Amino acid sequence: MLAFIIRRILQSIVVMLMVALLSFTLFRYVGDPVVSMVGRDTTFEERAALRETLGLNDPIVVQFGRFVKNASMGDFGISYEQRRPVIDLIAERAPATLELSFVSGLFALVVGVFMGVYSGLHKDGFLSKLFQSVSLVGISLPPFLIGILLIYLFAVILGWLPSMGRGEVRQLGFWSTGFLSFSGLISLILPAITLGLFQMTLIMRLVRSEMLEVMRTDYIKFARARGLTNRAVNFGHALKNTLVPVITVTGLQLGQIIAYSIITETVFQWPGMGYLFLQAVQRVDLPVMGAYLVLVALIFVVINLIVDFLYYVVDPRLRMEGGAVS
Amino acid sequence: MDIFRYIAKRYTLIIDSDIFYSFRRSPVTVVAAVITVTYILGTIFAPWIAPHNSYDLTSLSLLDAFLPPAWIEGGTTNFLLGTDDQGRGILSTIIWGSRLSLGVGFAAVIFSGILGTALGLISGSAGGRVDAFIMRVAEVQLTFPAILIALLVDGVSRGLMNVYEAEAMAIYVVIFSIGVSFWPQYARTVRASTVVEMEKSYVEAAQVAGRHPAVIMVRHVLPNVMGPVLVITTINLALAIILEATLSFLGVGIPPTEPSLGTMIRIGNDYLFSGEWWITVFPGAALAVLVLAVNLLGDWMRDAFNPKLR
Amino acid sequence: MSEQLLDVQDLRVMLPTRKGLLTAVDGVSMSIAAGEVLGVVGESGAGKSLTGAAITGLLEPPLYIANGKIELEGKRIDNLSYSKMRRIRGKQIGAIFQDPLTSLNPLYSVGRQLVETITTHLPVSDAVAKRQAIDLLKEVGLPAAEARIGHFPHQFSGGMRQRVVIALALCANPRLIIADEPTTALDVSIQAQIIRLLKRLCREHKTAVMLITHDMGVIAETADRVAVMYAGRIVEVGPVKDVIKNPHHPYTVGLMNSIPSIAREVEWLTQIDGAMPRLNDIPDGCAFHPRCPHAFERCRRERPNLIPMRNSQAACWLCKKEGADEQRQ
Repeated sequence: MLAFIIRRILQSIVVMLMVALLSFTLFRYVGDPVVSMVGRDTTFEERAALRETLGLNDPIVVQFGRFVKNASMGDFGISYEQRRPVIDLIAERAPATLELSFVSGLFALVVGVFMGVYSGLHKDGFLSKLFQSVSLVGISLPPFLIGILLIYLFAVILGWLPSMGRGEVRQLGFWSTGFLSFSGLISLILPAITLGLFQMTLIMRLVRSEMLEVMRTDYIKFARARGLTNRAVNFGHALKNTLVPVITVTGLQLGQIIAYSIITETVFQWPGMGYLFLQAVQRVDLPVMGAYLVLVALIFVVINLIVDFLYYVVDPRLRMEGGAVS
Repeated sequence: MDIFRYIAKRYTLIIDSDIFYSFRRSPVTVVAAVITVTYILGTIFAPWIAPHNSYDLTSLSLLDAFLPPAWIEGGTTNFLLGTDDQGRGILSTIIWGSRLSLGVGFAAVIFSGILGTALGLISGSAGGRVDAFIMRVAEVQLTFPAILIALLVDGVSRGLMNVYEAEAMAIYVVIFSIGVSFWPQYARTVRASTVVEMEKSYVEAAQVAGRHPAVIMVRHVLPNVMGPVLVITTINLALAIILEATLSFLGVGIPPTEPSLGTMIRIGNDYLFSGEWWITVFPGAALAVLVLAVNLLGDWMRDAFNPKLR
Repeated sequence: MSEQLLDVQDLRVMLPTRKGLLTAVDGVSMSIAAGEVLGVVGESGAGKSLTGAAITGLLEPPLYIANGKIELEGKRIDNLSYSKMRRIRGKQIGAIFQDPLTSLNPLYSVGRQLVETITTHLPVSDAVAKRQAIDLLKEVGLPAAEARIGHFPHQFSGGMRQRVVIALALCANPRLIIADEPTTALDVSIQAQIIRLLKRLCREHKTAVMLITHDMGVIAETADRVAVMYAGRIVEVGPVKDVIKNPHHPYTVGLMNSIPSIAREVEWLTQIDGAMPRLNDIPDGCAFHPRCPHAFERCRRERPNLIPMRNSQAACWLCKKEGADEQRQ
């Protein structure tokens, strides 16, 4: 087990280095960092001096090493657009994105698993068909369109919920939270649904098809033949066996939610990292793009590690070293 | 007359097949197929069907801007579904925009399909380090959502080109960025099937017979992986259309001078609060119906080609 | 007939398909006395497993019972609700399936699966159930039962897993066990052990067994009576000794000739030409007639019912009169 975890961590580091290399290449080769940093009336000598102080004349490996070292300490340079350290910009906006993603993920997971289990067990029931239809619509409507429709319905026509922003935000140390005020909480509702709907749909479909698959297995037939109650068969035996694929996909999906928040944040003018990244893309603010990429990769890698760890908890076949896996 | 007998035989084979049976048995799928075909025909014949040419800037008049649909007071039958802020007819722009959306979608899917299938074949047949490298890259990329990859590619291309080039190349950049973000799925599926096929005796026989590996790949292995590739392509077509619309909505896709469905929704979004709902709602509905139809087809194909889940 | 433990009358199982209704089990009647071992033998697709599934109430939709009745200790069980039938499964009718590798839930220890089954059917605490589980595992010959009760299915060999499955089937002391090909998936060397174990345990617990298999050899060794099935119908039924020594139906004769035997010195084993018809084209008349070496006109027109012989019954027009056996030797 320990060997496995160490191997996974090493693999994660390799992935992070690959992403860092990509981010470094962006910064170093797409456009000229010096040109982006200085004003138009800077002399050639001044530029050469800046080039030297930035270390842009060092061997490329040294430069990359420095980039990785700085990045690992949170230093991603200065934003071309806003002339402030990138890490400050991100730190200001991270809480908004993380809170939104957390609520969306929770919504997607709870509702998705519930709907999936239900429609897996009652394959031809009316509600299952309804869920299936809803899920198809959820997959077919682009998230930004769902957001717009929700705003139009609940904010413009009905006027029940706010259409933009985080509402009232309280400061807890470095963390700004919307969880502690009423306006902050109701501001979360529409964006969270918009962001989570697609993932909810995927989780629901996955759980459903896994349930259908598991219900056909011999051990479920045997569990029935042993006369176990429906509840024991469905939840004790079937649901637990669907957990391994569900955990994998859910883990990945939760990671994706953070990236998909780019769209939701744009629709709802949510002051998060995604909106920052989109502006960076539009204005070719390379340090911000690179930093966002590294950060999102880091979140994915951490989620992946957690997912791997959860496998161990769920599946005894993996727990046993060298156990015969059939 | 052999050819007729051949066609007749083929025809009865198709009519009798399980796949056609499951197609006929599912009215929803038939409707979805009809809708998809209608869209495709509509976009091919857009210049003749659309009442106005929305991309011809000289034909636009700001006097026509913000007209509501014909059945609402103030609307005219000249613009059945109303007009947008530039005086473009919504109906015509939807037809032209669908053409753009579908065209970009098809191009991106074909591009990623060829790229991914080729890499999958190479990976599955070469094995060893090449295989490990390609699959590792695919795996890493798969953990990133397509939208992020596409945005990144888009941002980089902006960094490499000046404004005018970027404008002119926008559509190709969009196709490329969507295509690049879809290849790993193809590569993984094709690789898995290739590895299975490579083990089979007919491939070994062809190898022993001294056929060139590329010939073996194309003649023997490729036909066997076409089923899953077709299913992925259909599902990805829907995703590609959504992705294009999303990029355009975010303002980094197709430029507003030649609006795609996503661009129209982006324009309309600014006017939703002031009551000009038709600029958003009609293109949104057109997009949703198209994607839904393609998704339904993809769903049916996946079930039909995968009897295990039937 | 009232002392019979299980009594199946004219059971018919149908399968609706896109090409119409197919009859998968066609008018099967059989009975099992308490403590008796009834072998059910036939090729795959003959309807033996479906008969077993119908008895346990576990036919998978769209399969359904179209006709007939099933009585357990004189009470009808084929029309019970799912929840009432659930209380009978495991408690009164145990079941063992073909593949021990997949019959156990991989995510739970064998102990947990045993305790769960015991506490579902018997009013005992978890601690008592665990003690019973250990005793059962010892009984089925699992070495170091106390230590291994916490182990997971993948840590056992195939033979050991099937022993666990037998323990699971026996744990609420059912009156009847339906064993569907219990040894097919196992190594040949293990098969005999498992069959012997099953037979010994059922004798000790006074449990009747319906042993479903395609292996006439296993039947000969184990069963008291045998029912031979072909294309959804019983073609011959009777005490094992009589059927083996003196098979009446040509299909049974064919099955007997295909068993290797040391006692019988033959150059090669005979096989029955052709294959069993698929459900959608069962021929008119006797379903076996296309493969039967003795078929005559009547076999092609009329379907024979079971005809009582001296000790057994067979569904063959050749059995019309007593002593018709000589014609076929």
